[in-house]
Parts: sequence; structure tokens; C-alpha cells
Amino acid sequence: MNSFAQRFSSSGPIAQLAKARGTLADDDDDFSDAVWGSEAGFGNVAKGIPTFTVPSIPDPTSFLQLHTDDHADPSCRIKIQHGTTTLAFRFKGGVIVAVDSRATAGSYIASGTVKKVIEINPYLLGTMAGGAADCQYWETYLGMHCRLHELRNKERISVSAASKFLSNLVYSYKGMGLSMGTMICGWDKTGPAIFYVDSDGTRLKGDLFSVGSGSTFAYGVLDQGYHWDLTDAEAQELGRRSIYAAGHRDAFSGNTVNLYHVKENGWEFIGNYDVNALHYDGPGDVAGSPGHGYGYSVRTEGISSANPPTSSA
Amino acid sequence: MVSLAQQQPIQQSFNPYTENGGTILAVSGADFSVIAGDTRQSEGYNIQTRYAPKVFKLTDKAVLAVNGFAADGNMFVKKVKQRLEWYRHAHAKDMPIRSIARLIQTMLYARRFFPYYVYNILGGIEEDGTGAVYSFDPVGSYEREACRAAGAAQSLVQPFLDNQIYFKNQTPAPGTSFPQHLPLQTVLALVIDSFTGATERHIEVGDGLEMYVVLSRGSTALQSLQSIRGVQEITATNDGERVFVIRKELKKD
Repeated sequence: MNSFAQRFSSSGPIAQLAKARGTLADDDDDFSDAVWGSEAGFGNVAKGIPTFTVPSIPDPTSFLQLHTDDHADPSCRIKIQHGTTTLAFRFKGGVIVAVDSRATAGSYIASGTVKKVIEINPYLLGTMAGGAADCQYWETYLGMHCRLHELRNKERISVSAASKFLSNLVYSYKGMGLSMGTMICGWDKTGPAIFYVDSDGTRLKGDLFSVGSGSTFAYGVLDQGYHWDLTDAEAQELGRRSIYAAGHRDAFSGNTVNLYHVKENGWEFIGNYDVNALHYDGPGDVAGSPGHGYGYSVRTEGISSANPPTSSA
Repeated sequence: MVSLAQQQPIQQSFNPYTENGGTILAVSGADFSVIAGDTRQSEGYNIQTRYAPKVFKLTDKAVLAVNGFAADGNMFVKKVKQRLEWYRHAHAKDMPIRSIARLIQTMLYARRFFPYYVYNILGGIEEDGTGAVYSFDPVGSYEREACRAAGAAQSLVQPFLDNQIYFKNQTPAPGTSFPQHLPLQTVLALVIDSFTGATERHIEVGDGLEMYVVLSRGSTALQSLQSIRGVQEITATNDGERVFVIRKELKKD
């Protein structure tokens, strides 16, 4: 009741605070003080959610869709990068995170060297599917808030809390056109953890996820090879092999595989593998390598119709 | 007379964008960076002007190329320059290029719901003296790369660069390997060839070519640059990095 009275009084502490804030803001109304310094552009972080310019029309969302949705209209001007395969799974040795590196704009391959694993901090990884900028920006922003949590609470944020921060954040923009499907992966007090978060506001805890246009192909390999007691080498090989499968069968995925392993003391980058090289030669001299290419030509040599045995030739 | 009830509703859509053609390109070397763009500005089949710069010097270690909707591009460059000036007043030094890259991300993303229709390529020298190229999408996702082409002739130029700079689909002769970093002379020749080639095959590319070269402190590429005809130095500070511009004519038809 007291706080109710304070809210509407003109002499209470809340009113004074508001007045002080008002005079401060009058200094330079268009810009915050942050612009004078270097706060990595995130100077507004302490003052809540960053502000966005929105076109002054009755339906800003349909405006954005009109100009950026290349699914509905391939000739739309602003092409936001799409198409992906990402996966993460939990096993006794931690979490494996594997992604491809292709970015497409329509049918054009805009880049083959995209970093789809976002290193939020030394013990949290996020994956990128959907809008590249949405994932990059909000997961960087999440990283800043994870650091603030550490400073405030003298302990690392749990994967659960970090992912819930992100899902609440994107939920507040629901319907505005954000597009992200991400897995927040890490190791906290409860052990290895994966949370799937997307821009619809979905947040799921699980052992195994794959996201993106090539996810069905990745799931095919992942599901048949997955069990909890995988060794580190087996698990890394399964991640690599699954992304290769998606790169091979999904036109919107490919180029290279990026592989990460989250262990108790934080994540470790395992390697970058060319999908084409994986097909013909395999991953080379690494843990879990089969010693030959992933393509089935090595297994059908001399017995398939395309490459028949010499006797029938 | 037509009654109001019989009239079909007319849908008005807000369309503040146009496409002004042209192409930009940047390549980084071991201790230099080249950022280039043609100077034609067009709308549809009309050439609006034969000289509209798309490449802008931000500091002595950073050059920004913008392509897409020219009005958005010019406004965006203006705002980036303003933020860099404020940084200079606050810190008495130029903003490092990796920070400029992050600044550009946040400035683009601030317009996530009303985007600048602009593709940006930022080139220059990193604090450790290496050449750097950062490329952006219209809403701010970015990546550091060795080379990048954007704009109308992106799909003509990028495959050429992939082949000549990354040596894609090439196999080195037995016992040899491809160089990690190309010398400035080779890069400049590739950039010129990219634009003359794009001019031949794309109607929105031509008229003029502006190539900015940023050299790191004590770069050995300086000699090869001084032998080029028409090179002009536009360095502003004595921080060590040096900026040059080379202008060339492209076909005007």
C-alpha cells in the first residue's frame, strides 16, 4: 500500500528519482552518455533492453516481412542469411557441438566460412540457425548478462538460467520478425546441459537436438549412432559424421564442419573439416577417424552397378 | 457514378528502398588492405551519376565500403564517422578496427525492424599490424575474412577471387605450395581485373574505379605502391598507418 501511495505522490523518493532522471536526460535528449565513450556499442546494457528504430506505419511487422522475407518473395531486397545444420548432444564425456559453415541468400552461397558456434564465454556455447544477425547480436548480449550475473552473485550462471534469459528476451519480441533457433550448451553444477531456445519462445531441455534445414539428415545419422556411454573420440566422430551427412544431402548446408567439445572446465575447439575432403578422404589423423572417406564409394568399390566387379565388366 | 461501396480497397505499402547498383570489394594482405568500389550510381536502367563514391576513409587504419541503397549508405557512413569523432574526443586516439566492426554491428542491428538497405565491407589494419577485412549483412551479422565482394556483380567477382586468392579448385604443382599472403602488386592487379571483368558483363558496373590502400606501420608494400601512376596519399595522422587512393577509369557504356 505504501508503494502505491509513493508511486502517485510528487514528493516521495520515487518521484524525486524520476525528476532527477528527467533533468539528466534533458542534457542531450537524443543520445545517451554512452556514445561519448567506448562501451562496445552496448553502453545501454545497464539501462535495460536496447532501443530499436521502428518505421512509423500502422503495421511495422508486415513492413519488415515485405522487404526481408525471401521465402514469400524471392525478389525481396534485403536478404537475410538462412540455411543451416547445427547439432548438439549430451553424453557421459560432456557435450558435443557440431555445425556447418554455409550461409545462403536465396540460391547464392553468400559465405562458406561462417562461424555458427557463438562462444558466449569460456564455458557457454550458442549455436546459430535462422537469422545470423539475430543469433550473433542476442547471444553476445546474453554473454554480457552472464558476466553481470557472475559479478553480482560471485558464481557462474547456470545453463538453465542463461537459456531462460535468452528465451524470455526473444519472447518479448514475439511477432516482430526475429528468427533464431539456437542451442545453449555448457557445463554447470548439474553437469553437462543443453537447452534449445527459439524465437517463438520455445525452450526445451534435452540430451540431443539438431536444428536447421539439414537437421533431418543429421538426426538420421545421430539417432542411430547415439548412446550415453560414447567415448570422447566416438562422440566427436558422430558429430562430425552427422554434419557431413547433412552437408552431403541438404543443398543449404555444407562447406565445412566446426566441432566443439564442452567438458567440465569449459569448451574446447576440436577442429574444422572440409565436407568435400570428409567425403573422399575422411577427417584425417584425428580421434575417432575411420581412416577413410565418409562417402559410400569406399564401401561399394567393385560391387556396385556404377563400379562393377571386374568379372562382370 | 461509382458508389464507394463498389470500389476495391487499395493497399498502400510503405516502400522506402531502391537499389542503386554498383559493386564493392576488399582484400586483406599480410600488412595491407585494399578496399575498392566502382563509382557508377544507377536506378533501373538509368545512370544517375558516373561519380558517386561508395568507399570512404573512416580513420587512417579503417576504410568503409557501402553498397545497396545509396541514400541509406551515405547516411550510415555519416553516422559511423560521427561516432568515430566522438570516440576520438573521448579517448584521444582512433578506434581500433575490430571495435569499429562491433560498432557497425550494433548500429545496423539498432535498425533491425527498419533496416538500412546496405551491405558494408570494412577494410584496414588491425592493432597487431595485420590486414583485415570485415563483411556485414544489412542487419549486422559480421565476420572477418581475407576477401569479399558485394553488390550487383558479387556473383561474378567472388568466384574469381575465390580462385585467385584462396586458390579454390586449384592444385599446386608437385613439391610446391600456394602462398599464404599475396603481395600488394598482385592484389591490385586482381582488383582491377575484377572490375574490368564485371564492367564487361554487368550493366550496373562501370564509369570509374576507386581503390583505397591501407598500409600498416613500416609496410614493405610501400615501394610497389609508389611506382603506380596516379596514386594519391590521404593519410591524416602520424600514427604509422598510411592510406592511399588510386583512381582509374572504367568503360562508360
